[in-house]
Amino acid sequence: MDFILLIISAILVNNIVLAQFLGVCPFLGVSNKVSTAIGMSGAVTFVMVLATMVTYLIYTYVLIPLGIGFMQTIAYILVIASLVQMVEIILKKISQPLYQALGIFLPLITTNCAVLGVAILVIKKDYNLVEGIVYGAATAIGFGLALVILAGIREQLELVDVPSGMKGAPIALVTAGILALAFMGFAGLV
Amino acid sequence: MNQVQNFTKGFIKENPILVMVLGACPTLATTSSMINGLGMGLATTFVLLGSNTVVSLMKNLIPDKVRIPAFIVVIATFVTIVDLVMNAYVPSLYESLGIFIPLIVVNCIVLGRAEAFASKNTVWSSVVDGAGMGLGFTTALGVLGAIREILGSGAIGGFKFISGDGILVFILAPGAFIALGYMIAIVKKINKA
Repeated sequence: MDFILLIISAILVNNIVLAQFLGVCPFLGVSNKVSTAIGMSGAVTFVMVLATMVTYLIYTYVLIPLGIGFMQTIAYILVIASLVQMVEIILKKISQPLYQALGIFLPLITTNCAVLGVAILVIKKDYNLVEGIVYGAATAIGFGLALVILAGIREQLELVDVPSGMKGAPIALVTAGILALAFMGFAGLV
Repeated sequence: MNQVQNFTKGFIKENPILVMVLGACPTLATTSSMINGLGMGLATTFVLLGSNTVVSLMKNLIPDKVRIPAFIVVIATFVTIVDLVMNAYVPSLYESLGIFIPLIVVNCIVLGRAEAFASKNTVWSSVVDGAGMGLGFTTALGVLGAIREILGSGAIGGFKFISGDGILVFILAPGAFIALGYMIAIVKKINKA
C-alpha cells in the first residue's frame, strides 16, 4: 500500500468531515474562532492516533482470540472514554501548558464520532497496525484542516449581515456545503 | 407538562436535529434517500427507547459520579442489539447505513436524553419522551431524505418520476449540508412565528 496515496486520500479526497460526515458536531460547535479550532484539532489528532492504535491491538489480541468480535462497539467506546480520561490526567501532571491548550477540548472528544468512526473503519478496511496509525493521523489532519478553514470563514461571516433565520447553525451548514463542494475538486487526485 | 405535550415536543418545538442540532453526522450521511433516512431514524428511536427506559429504571442505583460511563454502557448494549438484528433481517439497509449503525452510540441525542430527561423522570414519561424525540428525529430524517432524493435523483422512495438525472449535487455530500442548513432555517422561522 502506498502511504502517500493513503495520506492524500484521507486528508483531501475522502475528508472525514466534508465527505464522510464524521465529527460534524465539533466541526459546527468549535468553529467560531481560529484559535479554538486549532486547539481542538490538536487534541483530536492526539486522541485519534492513540485510540486507533489501542483499539486495533484490543480487537486483534483480545476480542478476536476470545471470539467476541460483536462486542466491538461496547469495547471501543469504553476504551476511548477511558483513554481520553487518562490522557487528561497525564497531561495535567507532565505538561501544564499543553493541558491548558487542549484541556477543555478533551472531554468533548469522547462523543466525537470521528474517533470511534476511524477505529471501526480501520478494522473494516483491513489495515495493519502501521497503516491504521498513518490513516488515523492523516484523517485527524484532514479534520483539522476542514475545521480551521471553516473557522476562518466564520470569523469573516461575523462582519456580514446574515438574514436572521439563517444566523448560527444554518449559515455554518451552508458554508460547510460550499466547502464540501470545493473539496470535491480533489476527487481526481487519487 | 402532560404526556401529549411531552410526546409532541420532539417534532417541532424541541426537535433534536432541527432545533438543537444534535446528531448531525448520521442526519447528513444517511439521508441520500428517504428509505435510508427513515431506517436510520427508526434504529435511533429503538436505541433511544431502550436506553431511556433502562436509565430511568436504574436512576437510583447508578452513583452520580460514574453515571456518564454507565449510560454509555447501556446505550452501547442497545446499539449492539440493533446492529446484530439489522445485519440479520435487513441486510441491504444495513449495508447502505454502514458504519453509522455502530456510531449511534456516540449520537449526542441518545446520551443527551439519558442525562437531561431519563435520569430525572419516571419510567413512563421517559418512554414517551424517547418515543417523541426518536420519531421527531425520524420525521426530520425522512423529510430531508425525501427532499434530497426528489432534487438529487428525481425519485421518491426509490420510485423514479423523471427520466435522466436530477441535480446530482443533492445526493452528494455538499447537498446534504446545504439542504439541512435551509431546513433548520425554515424550522427556526416557524418556531419564532
